[in-house]
Amino acid sequence: MTARLMVHQINAALNELMAEDERIYVIGEDVLDPYGGAFKVTKGLSTRFPQRVLTTPISEAVIVGAATGMALRGLRPVCEIMFGDFLGLAFDQILNHATKYPLMYAQNVPCPITIRTPMGGRRGYGPTHSQSLEKYFVGIPGLEVTALHRFQPVQPFYRRALLDGDGPSLIIENKMMYGQTPLAHLKDGYDDFQLRRHGRDVVEAELSLTGFAHEDLTLITYGGMSDLCLSAAKQALIDFEISANVIILGNLSPLPLDVLTAACERTGRVLVVEEGTRAWGVGSEIVAQLTPRLWSRLKAAPARVACEAPVLPNSQALENEFLPSVADILQQMRALVTA
Amino acid sequence: MDRTETFYRKLSLIRRFETHLLEQFSWGKLSGTTHTCIGQEANAVGLTAHMTGDDVVFSNHRCHGHYLALTDDVAGLLAELMGREQGVCHGWGGSQHLHRDGFYSNGIQGGIVANAVGAALAEKTKNSGAVTTVFLGDGTLGEGIVYEAMNLAALWALPVLFVIEHNGYAQSTPTAMQLAGEVAARPRAFGIETHCLASNDTDAVYAAATPLFDGLRSDGKPRCFVSFTYRLGPHSKGDDTRDPAEIEAKRADDPVLSYRRKLPEDVATRIDAANQQRLVEIVARLEQSAPAGSQHP
Repeated sequence: MTARLMVHQINAALNELMAEDERIYVIGEDVLDPYGGAFKVTKGLSTRFPQRVLTTPISEAVIVGAATGMALRGLRPVCEIMFGDFLGLAFDQILNHATKYPLMYAQNVPCPITIRTPMGGRRGYGPTHSQSLEKYFVGIPGLEVTALHRFQPVQPFYRRALLDGDGPSLIIENKMMYGQTPLAHLKDGYDDFQLRRHGRDVVEAELSLTGFAHEDLTLITYGGMSDLCLSAAKQALIDFEISANVIILGNLSPLPLDVLTAACERTGRVLVVEEGTRAWGVGSEIVAQLTPRLWSRLKAAPARVACEAPVLPNSQALENEFLPSVADILQQMRALVTA
Repeated sequence: MDRTETFYRKLSLIRRFETHLLEQFSWGKLSGTTHTCIGQEANAVGLTAHMTGDDVVFSNHRCHGHYLALTDDVAGLLAELMGREQGVCHGWGGSQHLHRDGFYSNGIQGGIVANAVGAALAEKTKNSGAVTTVFLGDGTLGEGIVYEAMNLAALWALPVLFVIEHNGYAQSTPTAMQLAGEVAARPRAFGIETHCLASNDTDAVYAAATPLFDGLRSDGKPRCFVSFTYRLGPHSKGDDTRDPAEIEAKRADDPVLSYRRKLPEDVATRIDAANQQRLVEIVARLEQSAPAGSQHP
């Protein structure tokens, strides 16, 4: 399979890593060939590694629970949770088992379990197959949460979670992104943006239309809102002469605070954009962690764009109406600059 | 030391240890909470006697007996309960969260059953020959993940021994008010070979578990052991609402006192005294020690 799209690159990364280290097991629902997973991320893996790709009953709690036991006993399991919405079924295993063992035993107990799951809407899947639920997980101590993006070199991203770390890790993959082309090969520019990356294996992408100078505000985003933020930044410059730098996060928890601080210090205005619901959200915590670091430089109160609907409607028209849009981002950008 | 003496030494040690704990809590010298296995010691001793160095154990909130019978680590456990640096988890885990070698415990009901199944899978892939034992109670059978885990263990033929210590109560709630159907029918529904025993005699537990461990070590398929036992002590510390007459009647079947009668009086007295001496020395040493520092985790 050629690595044409993001989904193919994730698949290729899993292929390479499984070939390299036989402690890696893939465990999840419907992951065997010919089906190869609901989003085809695991396609071909069970044919190549028949002993190490385990298809399970519809039992998310035991997928994560068994993987935790495997990890405690020396393996490096990768769980696929078919839809991020189903992570709720495994919540206790993440909160009170996988992350707790290394912490509460206080004696360097490795628990290298990786959980990969797709989040996000815009595919018309409705209330229980479209959510962005990472906000419920970023607050779990001992859990590393990362979000894949198109500027991120894919193989090192998965290598770090699967092989380098010794603790539990949750990887958020955006559903729409699976079908998009990777942009990791781009060195320093994308479209009309200049591009730079921060970090080594898990990277933050920073994009600017004005050479990383003279920006009015900083957009901080991740996952499915990344493209919308880039569109908003472009339109803001053309239509309103507002210049923004855009940070696309790879690390959600812990946050890359130094990178964010440096980017926001230049502008003094911060807008966090997320697809999940607003209250107690990822954006809330980013603002809370950044504000004291930026206090003397802030020109306006940091603001957030998030999903305003308490539930995502099934209808595509309604979904588009309620998920954060380019117009929503633009409106907040203008409000911040004129504040 | 012959097996009878060894078993009695462990039974008496666990009982003395936990009696000491309850006293210390009642005098305010220990803080927090604990769940003793007073009355259920036969399972801990009879089952762990089948285990070897590679075997894995997952236990629950009521884990002292399992831990002591397997590891004999009195000092590490007591220091843990006293919040001392020398504690097996340096004071972070406490009564319900212990780990040493292949022993793991967790205070959350049911979740460890899934972890045990995964551990068994790992050991199977390593061809270690290890058996993974997970201890649950009749109360734990209210948790859904138990059935997800049993299903997977049977489906993938994993070497797990599910031990259901059926003491008749889910904390304060009698079995009849919280459990429909038969206990043993549950594992059997998944095709898991299940053996039931209504005995508090450690020799009977040991004998009943022999074919289970032999089977696990030869074909690697899961087994279940249902032990009908009784908790003579409170669920936790002073929270017993059961009819005192019911508890008193069960004292006739006290697994420690009954087992003691298998030994000549002088031998039993010598073992009791040695355990007592050991406990007193450890307590005295730990009382002089400093509380845990804050460098973990």
